[in-house]
Amino acid sequence: METGNPRDAGTAGPERPAEETAAAAATGTAAESSAGPVTGSAAGPVAATEAVEPVVPSGAPVPPGGEPKWIALPPGLLKVRRLMLVVWLGLLTLAAGLVPGLLAGPGWAAFALLPLALLVWGWVMLERNWRSWRYAERSDDLLISRGVLWRRETVVPYGRMQLVEVTSGPLERHFGLASVQLHTAAAATDATIPGLVPEEAERLRDRLTELGEARSAGL
Amino acid sequence: MTADPASGAVRERRPVIERRLHPVTPFRRAWAPVAVVIGWALHDPDQAQRQLTRLTTTTLLVGLGVLIPAAALYGFLTWWFTHFAVTDSELRIRTGLLFRRTAHIRLERIQAVDVTQPLLARVAGVSKLRLDVIGTEKKDELAFLGADDARALRAELLARAAGFAPETAHEVGEAPSRQLLRVPPGVLALSLLLTGATWGWLLAAVVALPLLWTVTHSLWTLLAAAVPMIGAAGASTVGRFVTEYDWTLGESPDGLRIDHGLLDRAHETVPPGRVQTVRIVEPLLWRRRGWVRVELDVAGSSNSLLLPVAPREIAESVVARVLPGVGVPSHAELSRPPRRARWCVPVWWRGYGLAVTGTVFAARHGLLTRTVALVPHAKVQSVRLAQGPWKRARGVADVHVDTGADKSVTARLRDADEAAGLLRAQAERSRTGRRDARPDRWMA
Repeated sequence: METGNPRDAGTAGPERPAEETAAAAATGTAAESSAGPVTGSAAGPVAATEAVEPVVPSGAPVPPGGEPKWIALPPGLLKVRRLMLVVWLGLLTLAAGLVPGLLAGPGWAAFALLPLALLVWGWVMLERNWRSWRYAERSDDLLISRGVLWRRETVVPYGRMQLVEVTSGPLERHFGLASVQLHTAAAATDATIPGLVPEEAERLRDRLTELGEARSAGL
Repeated sequence: MTADPASGAVRERRPVIERRLHPVTPFRRAWAPVAVVIGWALHDPDQAQRQLTRLTTTTLLVGLGVLIPAAALYGFLTWWFTHFAVTDSELRIRTGLLFRRTAHIRLERIQAVDVTQPLLARVAGVSKLRLDVIGTEKKDELAFLGADDARALRAELLARAAGFAPETAHEVGEAPSRQLLRVPPGVLALSLLLTGATWGWLLAAVVALPLLWTVTHSLWTLLAAAVPMIGAAGASTVGRFVTEYDWTLGESPDGLRIDHGLLDRAHETVPPGRVQTVRIVEPLLWRRRGWVRVELDVAGSSNSLLLPVAPREIAESVVARVLPGVGVPSHAELSRPPRRARWCVPVWWRGYGLAVTGTVFAARHGLLTRTVALVPHAKVQSVRLAQGPWKRARGVADVHVDTGADKSVTARLRDADEAAGLLRAQAERSRTGRRDARPDRWMA
């Protein structure tokens, strides 16, 4: 699970050869290879146009700045999410153990194993999900990539931003977190970066606003 | 959109003339109470009849004596308190009796201007003027204006929006329009007969109604099933025929002109550079004749039809006018997903296709009704790549391209590496595609 994870270095991680990616994808080792930059690594020229037909005149120029510099989320978000998981599933485990255990006999307390298993599974999953979140500020656009099983990658050119929003709910505030959301004229744009340190969120907001102004364009 | 100091200064220079709507306006909601009563009577006939028998002449008279003046007063007051004014940069609408509402609409942000004439309004010689701007839920419309006033106002608004000098804007008059295409009624009727929906409803009626009769032998059940079916079939054929009748497409310096309608006439104007996406729809039964329908998306506007039916070559030349410098890729030019995509979407994967040219992102979907959606690179707001576990196992991914009209165009089931490259390249293209876009004020 940790193998293909690029964020520890803070950069884009090892470039996988295209064959390997394709092979991994084709053989269906979906879940395990997923945390890796299966799609993220192919930022270079689409050498892998081994696709069936002479596809698309996508000359795929190397984007300015080359390989994006990925930034991972600080650990705060993981902590909060795990805390919430432990609180809720811990309560559920207690309830699932105590209620049948007291009412129907001690054997029935085994029901508590179910939420407990869920808790353990969720504990692991939350980390994988948290690790999958990353963003990169390139010279002209913002990249946000996330998701382990359901991978999503969004590119928003700075010039298209209509509004940058920094939100922080009571829980998030207590743990010193804030999220940045970008709005474009298209409502389908789902560009949110959760769980940032407030300073980073503000820096990002200011920088995005500044860049957005500089490159602004209408609809 | 509040009045900024600049427009305040302008106001001092030239007094803003506030105008009222046409005096027939108060009557436009006169049918509403009648409709409510009829609706209630239809919905619950027994109750309605009982109430009617209890109604004596005196209560009727008293009721009418109170209701009619009250309604008339309300209508008059709403009309009296609604004003509009055109300033150098804005259209201001001031309305509301108890809750005042003032809308300032910036003219260079207009996405489309529609002048519509419902049937009764045609009889009365008035029309409705509606402005489409982005981000408003409530559409600001001026209903009603005298028919000539509405045309003059539209011309003035467009002239100001185009960036003509404020002093001359109200004298510029209507920009000359050149007719591009007119759809003959016969072709329109035939095209509607050849759509799947018509035959689908007919088939459903032929199969379901006798079946229902043999099962229930109840006339009411039959009627309850038949009426919605006939209604749907009627809406998809007769209704569309009536709205799309005499479809005329024109071109003027102010943008596209679309005039249509048999009973209700509508005149739409889409200024240049406002079109976000164009879709070319090709139903199965039209293919032999080489006909297509062309739809378009404009941000903040609900009209989406550009051409109800036209031969493909003509439609392509029209698209080239709507999106300058854009050629429609032929079906051969659209590349299909790789063969392994059939595990994600059996059979229908063949309908997907993608082509990226220097100016547009074109994606096709549908096997029976083929739809090619075109997005100019300059109109792309964001690009997204999505890949679920099943798709990852097959090494394919979807690329979504979002536009300002709140519509996304999706290239489905592309090879994963190709999709990743496409994501980056498309972001780059949409950034650079913006550079040579025309300004909002297209004459400036």
